[in-house]
Amino acid sequence: MLGVGVRVRQVAVSGLPSLPWIWAAAGVAALVVSCAIGVLAGPVHIAPASVVVALFGGAVDPGQANILWSLRFPRVVLGLLVGGMLAVAGAAYQGVFRNPLADPYLLGAAAGANLGATLAIAWVPGTTLVGVNVVPLAAFAGAGAAVAGAYALGRTVAGLRSTTGLILAGVAVAAFFNSIQIYVQQSQTSSIRQVYSWILGRLSTAGWDGVLLVLPYVLLSAAVILLHRRLLDALSLGDDEVSNLGISVRRVRLIVVVAATLGTAAVVAVGGTIAFVGLIIPHTVRLLAGRSYRVVVPLSLLFGGGFLVLADTAARTMLAPAELPIGVITAFVGAPFFIAVMRSRRVAAL
Amino acid sequence: MSSISINRLCIAYEGTTVVDSFDVEVAEGQWLSLIGPNGAGKTSVLRAIANLVSFRGEVCIGGQAVTEFGPRQLARRVAMLAQEPDMPAGMTVAHYVLLGRSPHLGYLGRESDRDRRIVAETLDRLGLGALADRPLDHLSGGERQRVAIVRALAQQAPILLIDEPTSSLDIGRQQSVLELIDRLRSEQRLTVVSAMHDLTLAGQYADRLALMVQGHVVAVGTPAEILTEPAIAKHYQAEVRVVELNGSGRAVVPVRR
Repeated sequence: MLGVGVRVRQVAVSGLPSLPWIWAAAGVAALVVSCAIGVLAGPVHIAPASVVVALFGGAVDPGQANILWSLRFPRVVLGLLVGGMLAVAGAAYQGVFRNPLADPYLLGAAAGANLGATLAIAWVPGTTLVGVNVVPLAAFAGAGAAVAGAYALGRTVAGLRSTTGLILAGVAVAAFFNSIQIYVQQSQTSSIRQVYSWILGRLSTAGWDGVLLVLPYVLLSAAVILLHRRLLDALSLGDDEVSNLGISVRRVRLIVVVAATLGTAAVVAVGGTIAFVGLIIPHTVRLLAGRSYRVVVPLSLLFGGGFLVLADTAARTMLAPAELPIGVITAFVGAPFFIAVMRSRRVAAL
Repeated sequence: MSSISINRLCIAYEGTTVVDSFDVEVAEGQWLSLIGPNGAGKTSVLRAIANLVSFRGEVCIGGQAVTEFGPRQLARRVAMLAQEPDMPAGMTVAHYVLLGRSPHLGYLGRESDRDRRIVAETLDRLGLGALADRPLDHLSGGERQRVAIVRALAQQAPILLIDEPTSSLDIGRQQSVLELIDRLRSEQRLTVVSAMHDLTLAGQYADRLALMVQGHVVAVGTPAEILTEPAIAKHYQAEVRVVELNGSGRAVVPVRR
């Protein structure tokens, strides 16, 4: 054994992973600026001073207060939750599958949510269950069912020893769910527009229902993934080496996948299957601030939230009063930006 | 505490037996090297000692079966150096070595100052302090091998398993890596089990050799007992001369047929 003195002294070792404070500050700043833009943008002009007064419970014009508290604030908060969750879930999936192409929909969450929502829209439109619209509930259940199915299938086929078996099971489940979803969608032409608009993603919400619906899942899921950031780093070694460090690869993978899926299913239920956020935000963070999950997970939360609030602001203002699907914005802006970041950095760092 | 005893070890992958009735004892502080032709099952034996593969028979460390240890408990006793360790691109040397502290942390635990100090001291002891913040993909082959050893040492396990420690190194680096392991072994009373291709080096550094052929042990003994021309000719189908070196073991030299 190594003889190590137990003297306590300040340890300064270079090269140890830590969250660079400058990027943490940049993330918080980006979040604040995005929220400010999201709250101020809209058909009705509201002065920044009134927003601050309203935030701290002061008296403002009742019409403006109503717009802020029942439309803009909840929408911005929902954007933060959805964007932060998708980005963190993407990072988590990339970590446990050691696959840079992984995103939160890898195991069929999107296909499941789309099928659930399509069934609800086509067959039981406008139904509520204990006061909540049935569409998000069906989407949530569909996403959970798809991932659970893929996991069970991957386990029987490949015994979970290889992540490839699990990923292929996810691909199969997604294709199967997609085929049923398209069948239902095409056979119910009256609701086709509604289905499409749901699939492309939107944060249209009135009041705080959506926020309250997803908040507990997002908090739980993000907390679990944050707590696993050291283990996600360890998982970047080979299976044998991770096991020889006393870490159960299967247990870490299962816990992280369950947490990421729960959060993803919740935000997809209220926001639709918004594309690309779970892929580009973690990779952009990696390229700019560092590869360790101690850096990637917290920064993805901040930048993912900020990015989606901005994307949503663009989606609802560009063609106002009509709304663009938010997935169109995230891909249209996100893809070129991502390529620009890649070109400016060493792609090998991916 | 860190002696190893293996009895009637059998390992099969999907029905194909790769190790059959393997018996060996390694005393604390000893270096045993497994030698044998490709596919003899050397790596599988190492994986069984680290409980990384399911097996029949008995593998004990300090008298306790490896299957009875918890994963972290075992990882605090046995450190394994893979033949080609995964070195994630972009990860720094210090971060990689820090992962070696995992067995000493709780499931969701964070490293303490003590862990960071052990990383720094282990890097310094092996003269790699200057590489601490270098990304792993910027290292040379010799540096990578030494960094992998540092990570295994940071684990502070009394048993070190090494799979082909010198396979990708030039002759000077081979020697320095093996000298290093030997020095650490005597300083820290490490028990070492290695799998090696190079018979000369295996004989020069190990106390004992176990010659494996197709999953069986055909001979266990000192290098002088095992490294003989007839044995090598028989089991490797190789034409060699074994040359006595003055006081530093024997060299196995291939002879052109």
